[in-house]
Amino acid sequence: MSAVVHRTDVRISAERGQREVFCGLTGIIWLHRKIQDAFFLVVGSRTCAHLIQSAAGVMIFAEPRFATAIIDERDLAGLADANEELDRVVNQLLARRPDIKLLFLVGSCPSEVIKLDLSRAALRLSARFSPQVRVLNYSGSGIETTFTQGEDACLASLVPSLPVKSADAAANLLIVGALADVVEDQMRRLFDDMGLVDDKDRSAVDFFPPRRSTELPAIGPNTRYLLAQPFLADTARALEERGAKRIDATFPLGAEGTLRWLQGAASAWHVDEARFRRATQPAYERAQRALVRYREQLAGKRIFFFPDSQLEVPLARFLANELCMELVEVGTPFLHRAHLAAELALLPPGTSVVEGQHVDKQLDRCYAAKPDLVVCGLGLANPLEANGLSTKWSIELVFTPIQGFNQAADLAELFARPLVRRTRLVA
Amino acid sequence: MQLTVWTYEGPPHVGAMRIATALKNVHYVLHAPQGDTYADLLFTMIERLPRRPPVTYTTFQARDLGGDTAGLFQGAVSEAYERFKPEAMLVGASCTAELIQDDPGGLSRALHLPIPVVPLELPSYQKKENWGAAETFYQIVRTMAGPQAPPPGFKRPPREPGTRASCNILGPTALGFRHRDDLRAITQLLGQLGVDINVVAPLGATPGDLSRLGEADFNVLLYPETGAQAAQWLSRIFDQPTVKTIPIGLSATREFIAEVAQLAGTDPAPALQGAPSHSSWYSHSVDSTYLTGKRVFVFGDATHAIAAARIAREELGFTVVGIGTYSREFAREVRAAAEACGAVALITDDYLEVEAKVAELQPELVLGTQMERHIAKRLGIPCAVISAPVHVQDFPARYSPQMGFEGANVIFDTWVHPLMMGLEEHLLTMFRGDFEFNDAAPASHLGSTAPTPQASLASAAETSREPTQGSPRESLWAPEAEKELGKIPFFVRGKARRNTERFAAEKSLELITVETLYDAKAHYSR
Repeated sequence: MSAVVHRTDVRISAERGQREVFCGLTGIIWLHRKIQDAFFLVVGSRTCAHLIQSAAGVMIFAEPRFATAIIDERDLAGLADANEELDRVVNQLLARRPDIKLLFLVGSCPSEVIKLDLSRAALRLSARFSPQVRVLNYSGSGIETTFTQGEDACLASLVPSLPVKSADAAANLLIVGALADVVEDQMRRLFDDMGLVDDKDRSAVDFFPPRRSTELPAIGPNTRYLLAQPFLADTARALEERGAKRIDATFPLGAEGTLRWLQGAASAWHVDEARFRRATQPAYERAQRALVRYREQLAGKRIFFFPDSQLEVPLARFLANELCMELVEVGTPFLHRAHLAAELALLPPGTSVVEGQHVDKQLDRCYAAKPDLVVCGLGLANPLEANGLSTKWSIELVFTPIQGFNQAADLAELFARPLVRRTRLVA
Repeated sequence: MQLTVWTYEGPPHVGAMRIATALKNVHYVLHAPQGDTYADLLFTMIERLPRRPPVTYTTFQARDLGGDTAGLFQGAVSEAYERFKPEAMLVGASCTAELIQDDPGGLSRALHLPIPVVPLELPSYQKKENWGAAETFYQIVRTMAGPQAPPPGFKRPPREPGTRASCNILGPTALGFRHRDDLRAITQLLGQLGVDINVVAPLGATPGDLSRLGEADFNVLLYPETGAQAAQWLSRIFDQPTVKTIPIGLSATREFIAEVAQLAGTDPAPALQGAPSHSSWYSHSVDSTYLTGKRVFVFGDATHAIAAARIAREELGFTVVGIGTYSREFAREVRAAAEACGAVALITDDYLEVEAKVAELQPELVLGTQMERHIAKRLGIPCAVISAPVHVQDFPARYSPQMGFEGANVIFDTWVHPLMMGLEEHLLTMFRGDFEFNDAAPASHLGSTAPTPQASLASAAETSREPTQGSPRESLWAPEAEKELGKIPFFVRGKARRNTERFAAEKSLELITVETLYDAKAHYSR
């Protein structure tokens, strides 16, 4: 398929300064729920442990499937000792948790700066513990990753482990990016209805990451992949290196976004138009109906995005096109122009997209613009509320199932709720 | 390297943030990588502050590391000074910036800012949050009050007759456990004692206020974890005595009043008389007899743990079975407190170790932090929170101090409510065979969704993951013994089962009979 050329008339600018964003370690919070037999061991400082615990908030589990190997002074004195110490900690951990099948050693800012080579550690430990436990590594450090890029780094580290699908194998479709199980199941039913099956009539669709590390999908030159999340640059590159090809589409946010996303898969699979309509029309129309009441509440309201998850551009497209909101500023920590080309083309002309951040200047612009709704991180939300602005915590957009037809109205409701709340409170 | 599941304290720079956020007109520039800004949410979400903490982060990334991170830091300092116009600045590094050794102190000195700039050396790989708070407070107090220091060997002259004594209140910070309300309670007490308050610090103090600290006659130290270092320095330099009693609990509040009155040369009677404390009477009332000898496990920061242990024993008639703290700096004090009540001392910041100790001691009430609340929930043990680390619930909308006479009332309610009321306990025993009031029926106030007690006991047993020590094989329960066990009220049945099994294992009994059950009961009730 020839590359589609997207035109865009948005104003893209870049900004540098203090970035009020999470680092990639935060992704562990949803990744450990998704991959149910994986353990995430951060090799870092007390700050890393404190960050994950604070970001996880109320999600306190007895013994969560994540922990931190806290580096202390002795580890800084000699790297040889640090490696020995790491082996000791991993031994201790695996003895405690025989249920773990996949262990991620997660690099952090301090481990990167002292150049503790976790890839060698992972190889060494994998050799010792395989086949019971596979040990992989990736970096979730703040110097290399912003928030959702932690998921990207994690998935990219898994790609080399995916089984090989030979060049003469039937084509398969890989959906890439962690989705809530409920969303995944809905998507699978839609793909089934569209007839995405292989020559033996089995589903040709695989999801990555899988729910269990023992169910890794196979890929090869006949694999086409569709990104379910907009922040997976490294994962996409790793998949391409294995011969898989990306299907260009919007992201499955909102009724239109989901339809175009599914359409991408349908075109690649040459699903005929009638069958595609039959498979998708009921859910699409139901989503449209559900959105009506939120459009009444949100139309004409002005919204301002602080950078957070890279979901900002697709969300802005959904809010502008399907709910008639006005985009004041769309901040994003990083803009992948190729993966977001279809999204940028759909943004209203003249939309201001700001890549990067200088939080103080951005706050100045936000206060000056007085938007009706601000999408921002937890550090900024209450101070903005106290200054009279309505806010939507962006982290909820990452933890809540928002993709697909059936979640389109839920997604709209997340933006409507703060506004409704403000009208209810009189005291 | 230490394997850590949950941590009681953050890194030392978070302690510094608690000081910076408590103070007024101070700005903290933190050399830190992208991501460390998470710490802002502790203040805006947990404490619900309506403003951002006064902290600027350099948020360097990998591409900056090859370049000029020192320049990045200096730019951040200059920009923060221009934007926020603080009266004083704190500068320092988080754990990662400490490794790249950019020297924030030297770099900021080179900028020749017209305000005091306090360089903070907080070793992230050795120390933790409370230490960082104490050190930061001490450094800024020294910087601001130091220039007013009298010559060495200064002796404070006696107060002019007829003048009121004045004191400083030291220790309350941002993100502190009930600091806001404790401050109100103590301010009121000091007012009743006729003592003026010179400066409260760090909470609400400006750098200018800190420079006046030496003017007070003495210091009231509320939270040694954060204020002891500064108090010692003030005592040495300005010859200011420190009130050391922490007024948590009735007896401690009375002793605090006596100590302050003596230093201030005032009459303690009005403050003591004006103390309408319900907690003392409630504790003497007949319904409270069921509190007698309840076995409690205490864990928290040292100040709150030591105070809680004393209240538990002396003011509620509990039996303290264990006292622990994550504040290693105060290990000696906690050990002494444990020894005084014949309890086990536990000095650790390892959450799993605390969990194992609670499972082993099987207390009837846990007085701990939010972490112990989760441990207790899993083990099916009632729990009340007495100490940081804080949770959004520890910032109640109402006035809810821990200190002073009202604090004693708050503590009575908070600790007793999770337990069953005396009459309730009797009724449960009387009606335990009743068709709808039996042990399998969930408590009515929990509605129909509550798990049955049996289920929660079962899951508690599963999650405790405790290797059954000293039991090479499991003893079998004879059917009639199992039946007899069923007659024991459900809220102690789990303990009875475990004790009996332990007893049987120790005696190498293969079969647990009714006799074994009562032998074990007699054995453990000694």
